Amino acid sequence: MNLTLKIWRQKGPQEKGQMVEYKVTDISEHMSFLEMMDVLNESLVAKNEVPIAFDHDCREGICGMCSLHINGEAHGPDRGITTCQLHMRTFKDGDTIYIEPWRAKAFPVIKDLIVDRTAFERIQQAGGYISVNTSGNTQDANAIPISKRNADLSMDAAACIGCGACVASCKNSSAMLFVSAKVSQFALLPQGKIEAADRVRNMVKQMDEEGFGNCTNTGACEVECPKGISLENIARMNREYLKASII
Amino acid sequence: MTTLNSRVPEGPIKDKWTIYKDKINLVNPANKRNIDIIVVGTGLAGGSAAATLAELGYNVKAFAYQDSPRRAHSIAAQGGINAAKNYMGDGDSNYRLFYDTVKGGDYRSREANVHRLAEVSGAIIDQCVAQGVPFARDYGGLLDNRSFGGVLVSRTFYAKGQTGQQLLLGCYSAMNRQIARGKIEMFNRHEMLDVVKVDGKARGIIARDLVTGEIERHSAHAVVIATGGYGNVYFLSTNAMGSNATAAWKVHKKGAFFANPCFTQIHPTCIPRSGDYQSKLTLMSESLRNDGRIWVPAKIEDAKAIQQGKLKPTEIAEEDRDYYLERRYPAFGNLVPRDVASRAAKERCDAGFGVNATGEAVYLDFAAAIQRYGSEKAKIQGLHNPSKEEITKLGEAVIEAKYGNLFQMYEKIVDENPYKTPMMIYPATHYTMGGVWVDYNLMTTVPGLYCIGEANFSDHGANRLGASALMQGLADGYFVLPYTIGDYLADDIRTGKISTDSPEFDAAEKEIKDKLEFFINNKGTHSVDYYHKKLGNVMWNKVGMARNAKGLTEAIEEIREIREDFWKNVKVPGSLNELNPELEKAGRVADFLELGELFAKDALHREESCGGHFREEHVTEDGEAKRDDANFAYVAAWEYTGKPSEAILHKEQLEFKDIELKTRSYK
Repeated sequence: MNLTLKIWRQKGPQEKGQMVEYKVTDISEHMSFLEMMDVLNESLVAKNEVPIAFDHDCREGICGMCSLHINGEAHGPDRGITTCQLHMRTFKDGDTIYIEPWRAKAFPVIKDLIVDRTAFERIQQAGGYISVNTSGNTQDANAIPISKRNADLSMDAAACIGCGACVASCKNSSAMLFVSAKVSQFALLPQGKIEAADRVRNMVKQMDEEGFGNCTNTGACEVECPKGISLENIARMNREYLKASII
Repeated sequence: MTTLNSRVPEGPIKDKWTIYKDKINLVNPANKRNIDIIVVGTGLAGGSAAATLAELGYNVKAFAYQDSPRRAHSIAAQGGINAAKNYMGDGDSNYRLFYDTVKGGDYRSREANVHRLAEVSGAIIDQCVAQGVPFARDYGGLLDNRSFGGVLVSRTFYAKGQTGQQLLLGCYSAMNRQIARGKIEMFNRHEMLDVVKVDGKARGIIARDLVTGEIERHSAHAVVIATGGYGNVYFLSTNAMGSNATAAWKVHKKGAFFANPCFTQIHPTCIPRSGDYQSKLTLMSESLRNDGRIWVPAKIEDAKAIQQGKLKPTEIAEEDRDYYLERRYPAFGNLVPRDVASRAAKERCDAGFGVNATGEAVYLDFAAAIQRYGSEKAKIQGLHNPSKEEITKLGEAVIEAKYGNLFQMYEKIVDENPYKTPMMIYPATHYTMGGVWVDYNLMTTVPGLYCIGEANFSDHGANRLGASALMQGLADGYFVLPYTIGDYLADDIRTGKISTDSPEFDAAEKEIKDKLEFFINNKGTHSVDYYHKKLGNVMWNKVGMARNAKGLTEAIEEIREIREDFWKNVKVPGSLNELNPELEKAGRVADFLELGELFAKDALHREESCGGHFREEHVTEDGEAKRDDANFAYVAAWEYTGKPSEAILHKEQLEFKDIELKTRSYK
């Protein structure tokens, strides 16, 4: 198929960006979206032009590196997948596709389609852990039984890949889904309860300092999340936060 | 020829590690604050090492080329992590895990290292649970286990199909705690381009800030390489796009021996390739072989019809299917080790029985498992005379609960519903058992330079068993290196800060800058990917699943030609001082072009078939791999002398005192 691509180009963080049009031809429906981008980039290199910079790594939907806003949707039109798992069969011959970076104040553009997501790093550093040293003498893994239900819910929250689609999809650029996933993972486990109050307070404080917006429960994040992280996590974090505020 | 000193401690194998730990030198907490350690790579090995070393009090500088440590490719490991907990009561023990790993590795790994790995395996699970890793549990709230290939017990712990992700997030969280305390200084979007030696010891690295392009000097008292394997030498592999061998290759060129490069694992269950534009291959977890049955058509005319799209797999009657693994290996069936399963798939496809349009695929079929689970569920739910549809529905729900995310991944890529029609799979490069040679301390032949995880060669011999990579990465980082590196650093407590203002740093930096400038200024005719794909083709066709002397000799010549052409005609657009992915790739492919040659040279010299290394000249009458213990029971450690072709071979003779060397049989 032949496609028209309108792609955000921006040389650097301080430069002004703009949409630039490219044409690609003979795209196979079996290609992944990023393979289509590879084909475009190879053609740009052949023409001595600077290829389009975009983040990607594992190309199997788990590393969370890829991050494109495609036709106005984070990770494109398909559901439950990342950009690297999107296949060209989703598009039709002659389509025009708009490709932009994540748009959020807390995610400044580094170059073209690459944004700086280190705000997420700092939120995790503020409390996204259980304070346990490596010793080889922690108690036996089976010493504390954990109900299957809570273990599964914790796993569902922990499935977050930290891609930032939730922020990019939110009209307020809120990071609540991301933060609540980590808070929930630990809050659901007995190991995580000891530090639960400090954790939620510190992570939310850092989230606010990074310039993410507030949550107004529109649910766009849940719809666009490639890993199906549930809004219930936000509700759980709110409960945890309230609990932490009154003790 | 020198004999390498593996520094394996004396004593019975069960006591070596304990005796070793009792006798090593320790660094007191006040002195640890004056010692710097660089950790390159933040996957399971690097991440766990960085966190643990920082907890101990060392100053750690950690480097990742991604924008976060959480994105290292360990995250893509699906199936699980082994540990000899014997929670299932099925006869597991440290000794069995040790035995299975040595046997699975086709008797080409170092006994003492493997035993230590088995000994610490249980502590890994304890540690991860304490960190909040949400492993799968049963209804009683205790941890669940499943089986992987090449073993007869269930010892694999898992977190859905995302075990690597959860374990990595575990050490990432431990790292975050230390980053917050200032004990780890994290350098994201940075790539190590060389190691710096001062007075023969590793004392720092040269790194490039991938965002600004700035070349930076970083010093330390010891350097740890944890940068994973070199599978991307094949261009197409299950590795991440950015996975590369540059750090490992650069330390090799600075004096670290490189061991057994030809031991590379081709994983049997990957999604087959679909076209020339393909950028990577996707793995389907080995755990699927717990329930999936592998087959091809028994009749050649059926295979042809399938290849032409005239027949569907579901239309082939049971008696016309060849479940070739169950036929050839009745004891292990579909759960034979990876090398055996891959070769068997290739054998059938080469004989014309492959099922894709390309003829390069076999079926992985869940129909029987769906019926089995469905009937079981119907009984549990008290359904009398359930219809076939009801059973199928119940069975599919069970399969979905176990492998849902893998099935979804498959459907998104191939556009077929694997609940209704068998999956198509084919082998792909997945893991490299070979790597930088290390002694028992995990130190390379360069003092102060350590290598852990997949990047080293030590634990898996010629073939790695499933769910053992995660185990090794975390064992090295959490429980081995923190001891062994202390023993070395105990001599460095009075050294003081290492200066980066020295002729050694000057020289290393200049060399890097010159090379980067060359790439930008060369303005050649072909892109970096053009060369990478060419190299990958040679590697796959001549140094792939089956190798012979003629093909390997040709491969060496062809790789050399590609390399010469690369250095004349490569084109890298953009500039030095900016984010420039093409420039990053150029440096990595330059190193692959050298590594590939050593790889082929190693494969040519190893005149036997063992594990992932299969030489067509060395087979038994029934087509199985034929090992040569009399002549090749050694680790081939190569010393760089200026050209890959002129690398000098050093042999570490392997001794098997606790396990009898015998022919590996899964029949």
